[in-house]
Amino acid sequence: MHPFTYIRVSDTREALNAGRRGGRYIAGGTTLVDLMRETVERPEALVDISGLPLDEVTVTERGGLRIGALVTMSEAAAHRKVRTLFPVISEALELSASAQLRNMATIGGNIMQRTRCTYFRDVTADCNRREPGSGCAALEGVNRTHAILGTSDACVATHPSDVAVAFAALEAQVRLLGPDGERQVPFADFLLRPGSTPNREQALRKGELITAVEIPALPRPLKSGYLKVRDRQSYEFALTSAAVALHVRGGLIREARVAAGGVGTVPWKLPAVERHLVGERPSDSLWTAAAAKAAEGARPLQHNRFKVELLQRTVERQLRIVGGTK
Amino acid sequence: MSTELPESAVPPTTDAGESSSAPTRRTFIATSTAVGGAVVAGGVIGGSFLAAPEEVAAAEAPPSSRVSLTVNGTRRTVTVDNRTSLLDLLREHLGLVGSKKGCNAGACGACTVLVDGRRVNSCLTLAVRLEGAEVTTIEGLADGDRLHPLQQAFIDEDAFQCGYCTPGQIVSGVGCIQEGHTGSPEEIREWMSGNICRCGCYVKIVRAVEQTAARK
Repeated sequence: MHPFTYIRVSDTREALNAGRRGGRYIAGGTTLVDLMRETVERPEALVDISGLPLDEVTVTERGGLRIGALVTMSEAAAHRKVRTLFPVISEALELSASAQLRNMATIGGNIMQRTRCTYFRDVTADCNRREPGSGCAALEGVNRTHAILGTSDACVATHPSDVAVAFAALEAQVRLLGPDGERQVPFADFLLRPGSTPNREQALRKGELITAVEIPALPRPLKSGYLKVRDRQSYEFALTSAAVALHVRGGLIREARVAAGGVGTVPWKLPAVERHLVGERPSDSLWTAAAAKAAEGARPLQHNRFKVELLQRTVERQLRIVGGTK
Repeated sequence: MSTELPESAVPPTTDAGESSSAPTRRTFIATSTAVGGAVVAGGVIGGSFLAAPEEVAAAEAPPSSRVSLTVNGTRRTVTVDNRTSLLDLLREHLGLVGSKKGCNAGACGACTVLVDGRRVNSCLTLAVRLEGAEVTTIEGLADGDRLHPLQQAFIDEDAFQCGYCTPGQIVSGVGCIQEGHTGSPEEIREWMSGNICRCGCYVKIVRAVEQTAARK
């Protein structure tokens, strides 16, 4: 680990000043400290933001949910409002990491976490995300767990977060505070696809701080849930996953929110699946037909062709779990 | 061990609690490996740290901070290199070697301790961030000579073989019971999945946690 200076800030103005001078924010630290030890991350200054008042979950005026950036994963998952309004968020969180890590890691840090691609974590391997222009060892390497959607010739790494898949499905907004004030970025625009600059991962300006993730209200009743498919039953990243939320009224699906994880370079929203569902009557054949559109545009690699069918089946299974069988 | 970086190489402070004249297993190992460690040091320390020992000594010391925290009920004030993990603080500075360094990457759970009552991976916790924190390690669970009920249950159920993961399993189990995730063996397995046991004693570990939770 390279040496670094450390300061603890007690208000957001102090944080932004330190951030503007190039300080790196640290909250739970579960990803950052790990990557610093691997020398993948080499910050010169850490700015400890854990004392900032960004640790509340509140229901917004319109009936949505605002989750403070410093709410831990375990607090968010257990929160009564999160569990009742958006079970898909609680489920995604509780299927992530371990109980210890969820006690440390925060919501803001979770969406900032970096890929688990083994070549990214290995400083001796070529990786455009870590060392721009060095190449991508995963393209011709062991790429079984890598992405099939949103990839580029520069990078095929997946975004590892589960709750980010739920946020993408629910069309969350990321609230940011920077030297120029507050702004809000749609979740779909916050995490960047690699393109030719995989080292640019978020639409953050220098020194900007995530203050909250906001989930817009959806009509009720709303059923939602998260399904994660992985190599072992617990404490493992997703091979595929599906976040689904459905509003059914008068026997018809009125609103559908669907996204997939483990398959994209960013959490992968599935608008074609959503369009296929809206206005239709829930049925087994509907779930199958809608899920058939889940892998549209997929570009599998040598070792991850299985993900195309696994993704379709994961989405189909989760549509049936949330929407019921008819 | 070859990937050890200098943050854990700081010599223990004087209050490490190893003042006995007889060499312990730990001090013996530390002494007998010191020569090999010195040979390796130049090789593993890369980049800007690549320097002869005298140059290192002459160079500016790495940034450090003073932090006060409570460990197993005792207030401790230490000055640590900012890179020091809570695990290294416990093991190398305070002589509390119950918490184990398995993966040093938050993947195995052997280093689990309670910070302000919540179980965390001490290997991923920077010590400088713990100003005012209350830390409980495996050494702090027993009440004098009376073991914590979960410690006793691990013995009664024979819930370990080599024992390396056991301190982390027990502290994590204490956290799991406090969190109330002991409704069924399946629930315990899920909520204890952050603790890996190479010997595969999971059935008995689950039983020990289940029985302790039931007695509460």
